[in-house]
Amino acid sequence: MKAHFIFIGKQTIRMLLLTFFVSLAAFILISISPIDPLQANVGQVALGSMSPEQIAKLEAYWGVGEPPAERFFTWAGDFFRGDMGVSLLYRQPVAKVIGVKLVNSLWLMAIAWLMSGIAGFVLGVLAGLREGSLLDKLIKGYSLLIASTPAFWLALVLLMVFAVWLKILPIGLSVPIGVEASGVTIADRIRHAILPAVTLSITGIANITLHTREKMIEIMESDYVLFARARGESTFEIVKNHALRNVLLPALTLQFASISEIFGGSVLVEQTFSYPGLGQAAVTAGLGSDVPLLLGITVISALFVFGGNLTANLLYGIIDPRIRRGGARA
Amino acid sequence: MKRVNGRIMTVFFFALAVLFLAAVTAAGWVFSEEALVTDFSRKNLGPGLQYLFGTDWLGRDMFIRTLTGLSMSIRIGILAAGVSSVLALLLGTMAATMGKTVDAVITWVIDLVMGIPHILLLILISYALGKGLKGVVVGVALTHWTSLARVIRGEVMQLKEALYIRTARKLGVGGFEIAWKHMFPHLFPQFLVGLILTFPHAILHEASITFLGFGLSPEQPAVGIILSESMKYLAMGRWWLALFPGLFLVFTVVLFDVAGENLRRLMDPGSVHI
Repeated sequence: MKAHFIFIGKQTIRMLLLTFFVSLAAFILISISPIDPLQANVGQVALGSMSPEQIAKLEAYWGVGEPPAERFFTWAGDFFRGDMGVSLLYRQPVAKVIGVKLVNSLWLMAIAWLMSGIAGFVLGVLAGLREGSLLDKLIKGYSLLIASTPAFWLALVLLMVFAVWLKILPIGLSVPIGVEASGVTIADRIRHAILPAVTLSITGIANITLHTREKMIEIMESDYVLFARARGESTFEIVKNHALRNVLLPALTLQFASISEIFGGSVLVEQTFSYPGLGQAAVTAGLGSDVPLLLGITVISALFVFGGNLTANLLYGIIDPRIRRGGARA
Repeated sequence: MKRVNGRIMTVFFFALAVLFLAAVTAAGWVFSEEALVTDFSRKNLGPGLQYLFGTDWLGRDMFIRTLTGLSMSIRIGILAAGVSSVLALLLGTMAATMGKTVDAVITWVIDLVMGIPHILLLILISYALGKGLKGVVVGVALTHWTSLARVIRGEVMQLKEALYIRTARKLGVGGFEIAWKHMFPHLFPQFLVGLILTFPHAILHEASITFLGFGLSPEQPAVGIILSESMKYLAMGRWWLALFPGLFLVFTVVLFDVAGENLRRLMDPGSVHI
């Protein structure tokens, strides 16, 4: 048990260190940028008509001219205390902006993560069970096709079909246009989240399906399945007693490791549907030189990714009895 | 009917993929001027015999625009796949052979790069380089090496302990010669498959990042730009602006994915006879 805690501790420290380095790397990338935030947001014409005092004031606001190392440590120190700075575009604390956007995105990502995980797993098991059958070929072909389809294009196609052509779902945003915040019902929110969530789920399925299928084929050819068959177990029993247990582990790990991809997908999908989530905020921040917001989102997303990996590692220890016993001895 | 075996299928897919690549690149080169021609007498036409993919709101021929855009994406993709896989080969080998410290640093960097969601990393790099074409090319080229580097590192780790390498070392063969003469031929198939499978990924990411508005200017009709422009006209029912360029992109990616996967299966002795 003690060894287990040491393992958890080590992994957590590693994760925090990695996050720190992610923020450092992001910071370096941003500070070597030749983009002048004044040019990007105020514009050449407006700058030309301003007095030097006004420009100096703006420069102070956008943080032009401070040495990068100093800026990083000020920023990191504040970040550690929970102050992520003020978003320059939204003119609100970054923590608040991220908080609002994250809630919107989490909905989407959680649904997509669960749906794609479950559907992908089931499809993978079905395909692997009957390798070479028509069903297997269909599932495999579908997965390969989806793996090659960019998420944003799939989003566009779904938009064309369901919003423009059939007109049964809204074309974008997370709430109806022209309705007061208090008048927005849960049903409205769900209606607006359907298309983004479905797009994200569809794109997430491919990976897990293909992986589960491979594993399943491997297992069905193994000696212990052959022996089970010789004992007279039915296919259902074999799947229930032997295959699922062995195929679930790698699938779970993969699904937790896929958080990074779901996040990346959500950036594209949210942008296409104008869905006001974290991904769209990241794009806005990148295009509009909103450095504090961009940094904040990078760190938060890295925390999610590393958190997913950590969970996968820990789950492995809990679910797999072999590793549990091995870990206790080590 | 005789069943076509895997080898012939792979050769077929490769021929198709290379032919397609050459055709699109050549077309993009030939039509680079025509893709920018606007003609208001023929704007917003649906797809038909004369304009296969229709025309847009400026009367530009979408078929030609798609071809030039795709050829641009393909060039970026090839460059990115090349740079990324060479990087992966170098870093993977270095990690496996140059001692614990180098290994730890490289593994750490791999974890770091994989920790930032890919699109976000591309946004950061593009921002760092001032959002031009350069940002897209460098970003896509420098971020696709991680998983291949991991594979190569593992492979070299195993090779290092192989009997024939240990023998060569005992016989006094130099480190570089061992790497080049004994290890590289062994790694080459993995490397080649990695190279080919990186290409579709790179193209997809290039399209995604330009779609988001980073990088290429609207005068350079990359597929991502075409698709993001089409978004404005979607609500008016001009579906062809988005459908055909996207289909073409998907087709390219599928072609290379399938070709690469087939090659991988052929090179892996465990599955070669299936």
